[in-house]
Parts: sequence; C-alpha cells; structure tokens
Amino acid sequence: MTGVLAFLGRNTLDLLRYLSGLYDLSAKAAYWTFVAPFRGRKLKWDSAIHQMVLAGVNSIPIVSLISLFIGIVLALQGAYQLQKFGASYYVTALVGVSVTRELGPLITAVVIAGRSGSAFAAELGTMKVSEEIDALEAMGLNSVRYLVVPKYLAMLVMLPCLTLISDLAGILGGGIFEVLQLNQTFRMFLAATRDSLAMHDISTGLVKSLVFGLIIAKVGCYEGFSVEGGAEGVGKATTSAVVVSIFLIIFADVIFTAIFYYTG
Amino acid sequence: MANEFEGPIIRVVDLVTHYGERRILNHVNLDIPAGETMVILGGSGTGKTTLLRHIMRLEVPSSGHIFIKDQDICHLREERFNLLRRKIGMSFQGAALFNSMTIEENVALPLHELTQLEDSTIRIMTRIKLDLVGLSGFENYMPSQLSGGMKKRAGLARALAMDPEILLFDEPSAGLDPITAAGIDSLILKLKLAFKMTIVVVTHELASAFVIADRITVMDQGGVTANGTPEEIRHSQHPRVFQFMNRIPEGDQMDAQTYLRALTQN
Repeated sequence: MTGVLAFLGRNTLDLLRYLSGLYDLSAKAAYWTFVAPFRGRKLKWDSAIHQMVLAGVNSIPIVSLISLFIGIVLALQGAYQLQKFGASYYVTALVGVSVTRELGPLITAVVIAGRSGSAFAAELGTMKVSEEIDALEAMGLNSVRYLVVPKYLAMLVMLPCLTLISDLAGILGGGIFEVLQLNQTFRMFLAATRDSLAMHDISTGLVKSLVFGLIIAKVGCYEGFSVEGGAEGVGKATTSAVVVSIFLIIFADVIFTAIFYYTG
Repeated sequence: MANEFEGPIIRVVDLVTHYGERRILNHVNLDIPAGETMVILGGSGTGKTTLLRHIMRLEVPSSGHIFIKDQDICHLREERFNLLRRKIGMSFQGAALFNSMTIEENVALPLHELTQLEDSTIRIMTRIKLDLVGLSGFENYMPSQLSGGMKKRAGLARALAMDPEILLFDEPSAGLDPITAAGIDSLILKLKLAFKMTIVVVTHELASAFVIADRITVMDQGGVTANGTPEEIRHSQHPRVFQFMNRIPEGDQMDAQTYLRALTQN
C-alpha cells in the first residue's frame, strides 16, 4: 500500500516539476518574444527566419503528401458508409469539414512534432552537453532569447501556414477520389466544398494549430535544456520530446474540440 | 589592459553548494588578487570546476557570497551582472565552440551582440585575437574541422574577444598531448605578461600549474586545503597536499573483513 502511495506521489511530483519547468520556459520565451522587443531588445529575426525555413518550408512536401493521403482515405471510408444511404454527395462535405476542423491541424502538428520537435530537443541537448549553452550565458547572452525565441516564432508562424496547406491537400485528396469514383465533375466537387465549408471551420483549425505550435516548441526546447549525461541523454530527450508533445497535442485537441463544440 | 583594481578582484566567501543531496562545495573561502594568475589545483570531483562555474554564475550556490570587484554577484540583477560579465572571459574544458558557426563567427559573436562596432572593426579585432592564439588562417574553418588543441585555442580567442579583465580557464590541458598542453601554458604566460589580466586556471596538471601560477590553491573534498605561492605549496607539509604533489594513490582504508562486509551488504 505504501509502495503504491509512494509511486503515485513520486510520479505526481515529477509531473508537477515537469509542468512547472515547461511553464517557466514558456514565461521566459513569452517575455523575450512579446515584452523585450518593446524595451529595445530586438528579436533575432534572421535566426527566426532560418528556423522557419528549416521547420516550415522544408516540411511542405511531407505535410502535403500525408494530408493528401489522409483526404483520400477519409473519402474512401466516408463513401463506404454513405453509399449505403445513397448519400455519396455528402462525402465532399465530410472530407472538407473533418480535414479543416480536425485532421489538417492534427496531422500537421504530429508530423512537425516528429520532424521539428525532435530536432529542437536534439539541437539544444547537444549544445547543452558540449557546454555551448553555458558559453552563451557566460558571454552574457540569454540562451532563451538566442535559442528558444526563434523556434517559438517559427512554430507560431509556420504551423498555421502548414495547416492551411494541409487543409488544401486533404480536401484535394478527397476530391481526387470523388471525381474518379463517385462520378462527380471537378466543378461539382468545388461547389460542394464551398457550400459545406464555413469560415468558422477553417478558423477553429487555425486556432488549434497555434496552440499545437506552442506545444511543440515548448516541449522540444524544454527537453533539450534538461538533457543530462551525454549522447544517451540527447537520445532520450529527443524521444520524449516527440512522445510528450504528441500526447499534449491530442490532449489540447480534445479540450479545444469540446470548447468549439459547446460554444458552436 | 591595465588592472587599476586594488586588492582581491574576486572574493569567495563561505560558499556552500549542493547537487541534490550531495554537498559539492563546503565553506569555500578564497581571495584572488587583481593581476595575478591563480591556479586552483585538485583531483577529479573536488569541486574546482564547480567553483569556477559559480564565479561565472552558471550555478546558484546554496549559501555564501562571491564578490567580483566588490559586487556580490549572487544577488546582482541580471542586467547589472551582464555588464560585469563582459569583463570576464571563460574558456571551457571542451572549448564549447558553437558548432554551427565558423571559427571567425564564434570569436566575433560577443563583439557583434554586445558592442556597436562596425563590421570591419569587428573583423580586424577577431583576426587579432585569432593571431594571438596562433590560429590565423583558420578563420573560415568549422569547429569540427579543427584538432582538440586548436579548438581550445579558438575557445580562448573567443573568451578574449571582449578584452576581459578576468580570464577563467577550465582545464586548459585536459585531453591534450604534452606538447600542445605546453603550448597552451606558454600562451597563458604570454597573456599574463601582455595584458596584466587576472587569470584563474582550474587544473589537475602539476607541471602546468607550477609553470603558470603566481599563487596556487589546492582543493580537496569541496574545500580549500592550502593556499600559497608555488614554493609554499611545493613544500607544504599538509598530508593531502603532500599526497597530491607526490602522486601517492589513495591508501587502502579497509581491512579484508570490512571489505568483504561492504561487498556482501546490499
């Protein structure tokens, strides 16, 4: 019994410590992103843009391809059910709404968590191990400002952009199936998509993607900074950066979807 | 750069620090006079690197004070300390060069970020520093293309970029062959003569310590065991210092019975 209690207590403490560490880093990053620029400490736009290219632009092919496939799969599964009722016309609506509201942001976030979240953790972790972060601090240069803020900015800007691309690719994927298999013309597909989508569907997806972007940057950087003990530590941090951020992304997704559902 | 500062430029007062439960530094008191080269000598795990990291405020002590130029850095605001920190250069054990930048960019980074100098001026200053450590011609190399000794010298050039009054040097000769290590030693002597800097060197290399030191502090088990001129330390009668100077291994403190018991206990 005491063993169970000790186990629970220890894990709760670990979790709280982790969350407070995340919070601490986010607060510092928010300060250096939103407050410090007004006090004459300029943002490092050149490294932010470099990060945007690495994390954002270079991810366009993989995000579009995966989203295209997801769109096709969704249309296939939708048609399988809806054809029974002779309602295959609604496949377009099904794909459009589920991609923009849900799958676009989610798939993008998961891909970027795997691609960039792990890269953040590995980069910062390696720098930590080789004392580069200490060297930065020793020069009086703030490591959060130099290393974390550009990644935050990159995620905040690029994740909504990638989500839009993913939305587009997903809808197009659905369209390919509908045009080829459901005897619709491309024009009918476009019209059906336009009819079924509201601005609200797209904007809720974008709001989600902002939050997901924050989670990826936050977890990736925090894991990187907390690396201890050489190459093995970097490996562990990289793995847990991906696992933890995907978990938090889906958790946040549940909460946001519930909020959007109940508030309409 | 002349040191106008009188008295100890760095004063460590009653410094105690823990990593988790383990006490690393145990009431350390140390005065480092301006313009001198202080060598902190001690075996592995005696807390000498930890002490150096505290002087750079890379670690927060459990209690105690560190005064640099009469300012208590443990309680100084970040901005104030950053101003002070510009006058301190630190060379790390593993050089800690930024691997994504060339050697020149590494050395130029503090100048770019902390001063308003023109790019052309920064370029010239960077070349001077690289020349000083014997690395002219390697400006455009990446750190991964350099040998261990060259990396260390590039790290030193970066530490010198802002013309510091105080230079902290963590294990200058660790992992280097004797010839390269001797090269680093003579570089430190050159700096001492040319710039009148206060230099703090952490090392466990006896030979190197006696070449460069004005004063030597011997650390053991998180505390200062002895402090004095190289001559005083060489002739010290303190058992631990004597053991260290004469390279005597730790004696077997356990008899066979206790050893067996220690093995079988869990």
